[in-house]
Amino acid sequence: MSGVSENRVLAGSPSTGEAARGGLIADVPRRALILLGLFAALLLVAPATVGDYLLSVMILVLYYAYLGLAWNVMMGFAGQFSLGHALYIGLGGYTAGALFVHYGLPPWFGMVVGAAVAAVMGGVIGALGFRFGVKGVYFALLTIAFAEFTRILFDHWGWVGASSGLYLPVEYRDTDDLWLLRGSATMFYYVILAMTAGAFILCHWLLQRRVGYYWQAIREDQEAAQTLGIDVFRYKMIAVMLSAAMTAIGGVFYAFYYNNLYPETIFSMHRSIELMLGVIIGGIGTLFGPILGAIVLTTLGEMLTGLTEDLGLDGIKQMSYGVALLVIIVYRPGGLWPWLRRRLGLEKPR
Amino acid sequence: MTGDLAAATAPMLRVDGVGKSFRGLKAVQAVSFEVPRRGIVALIGPNGAGKTTTFNLIAGAMRPDTGRVFLEGRDITGLRPDRICHAGIGRTFQLVKPFGELSVEDNVIVGALRGTHDVGAARRQSAKILALLGLDDKAGLPAHSLTLPDRKRLEVARALATQPKLLLLDEVMAGLRPMEVDRMVATLRSLNEETGMTILLIEHVMRAVMALSHWVVVLNYGEKICEGTPGEVTSDPRVLECYLGDEAL
Ligand SMILES: Nc1ncnc2c1ncn2[C@@H]1O[C@H](COP(=O)(O)OP(=O)(O)OP(=O)(O)O)[C@@H](O)[C@H]1O
Ligand SMILES: [Mg+2]
Repeated sequence: MSGVSENRVLAGSPSTGEAARGGLIADVPRRALILLGLFAALLLVAPATVGDYLLSVMILVLYYAYLGLAWNVMMGFAGQFSLGHALYIGLGGYTAGALFVHYGLPPWFGMVVGAAVAAVMGGVIGALGFRFGVKGVYFALLTIAFAEFTRILFDHWGWVGASSGLYLPVEYRDTDDLWLLRGSATMFYYVILAMTAGAFILCHWLLQRRVGYYWQAIREDQEAAQTLGIDVFRYKMIAVMLSAAMTAIGGVFYAFYYNNLYPETIFSMHRSIELMLGVIIGGIGTLFGPILGAIVLTTLGEMLTGLTEDLGLDGIKQMSYGVALLVIIVYRPGGLWPWLRRRLGLEKPR
Repeated sequence: MTGDLAAATAPMLRVDGVGKSFRGLKAVQAVSFEVPRRGIVALIGPNGAGKTTTFNLIAGAMRPDTGRVFLEGRDITGLRPDRICHAGIGRTFQLVKPFGELSVEDNVIVGALRGTHDVGAARRQSAKILALLGLDDKAGLPAHSLTLPDRKRLEVARALATQPKLLLLDEVMAGLRPMEVDRMVATLRSLNEETGMTILLIEHVMRAVMALSHWVVVLNYGEKICEGTPGEVTSDPRVLECYLGDEAL
């Protein structure tokens, strides 16, 4: 117990808190590392201790955490608002799914192709938006337009099953085939855990680099950023394309985990909103916010799903997401993570 | 070779007949002046005279309708602001534009990354600049928590961090107390003397203009009405006239 008081001293004054929001700190407090280690260990041993249902919920949490991290690169770091990220989930899922169904190509190959396709699509949207000065809400509308357009396209495209959907053959096997991503829930759990950890580490690394500083400068004030020599167009393009590619890889996971893809659901606006809600609740622009947000929102959603099934009340889930969002916007506008981080005494030791 | 020679003998900045109108309002009209290498030139004039607009035309924030801008003999007219920064011009904004959520130090690091990819090197450089401007004790604070005078200092620090040959300062002394003005003047003078940095500054604080500048250019209603040494312009009847009713002098 004596360690606690010692760390409280290390945690520094609360006034330095806000500055760390961008997470540009290399000098993470010891206590943060310990907590992170504990959290990681818990995640690693979870499948051995929890039941099937809880495992499926945890997969969902990690899936949304992953998508949130991807969206956060564009919105949280570079300040570019996308309301159409379902587009990239769909592109990744369909690309890898179709290559697997039609040619038997492994998802790892489809992942690369899907990420590339999504990056190109993101690049097209970004180029259009940024070149012609489409900003803020209008840029968000542009991203929705592309998602809707693609949904309609896929609805009529026979090769990917059109509106009746694309199905991945489900095989029942005793062994996990990591190469073809066919196997048990435990295997899928570790796959999405690795993806989320990878995305987290990538984001942490990017924030320490020049590109991370430049993104945040652009987010805070584009004119000032440009005056300091930043090629604003180029760095915004990097953010959009990277975010799109990361999101598409999430889509590949979705395709192989659920084994079915419908344009109606995967490209829907609903999906786009869902993936950003967690980030807003957890804390936009922070590293841990998307993960915390996914935990809170998915847990809430699961609890309410159980409740609505018992009571036969529809729409409660969406409504309570709305309420949760409202509460956060009013009481913790920066999201839960900056507040929780302060509570846990994880501030920069300065 | 003639190009190199021209570049070596050309003034740091040559503004040649630049003009800019906003919906018929002629904010800047056929303004020409030069800033010699290692010089400190002040741009003065009453409110709305077109000083900030002139800066915008030099730094690429706006493209001039007429005229050209040369940096060391190289035509930089209409280049993008980031290109102009890389060409060697650093500027501050009269209406300060800090990166509010970033720490003071991180603000300056962004500037210092103009010359290096290495964040560590940029951090070391920014520490020196923060100390120079007396912001070192506030390095860890978020920029949005600074007072206006400190934000002005941060503007200067960030622009300096890009290691410019020519520094454009837009009213960085406004709101500073007399002692703070003297300190800023001393800092700028030593930068000019020790590193040879050329400075063009817009300033209403005449105390600073008189103390710092080698040459003064006066604008009124978008036009250059005169230029000369600080002593010359402050006794020029045209200058006194344009400031009449304007309490500045
Ligand atoms: N972006 C703009 N759009 C329209 N009019 C503008 C714009 N920028 C400046 N102006 C107008 O141009 C004129 C010159 O403005 P400018 O900001 O250059 O003056 P200034 O000399 O910097 O004044 P101050 O000392 O008050 O800062 C003013 O009449 C101003 O209203
Ligand atoms: Mg001005």
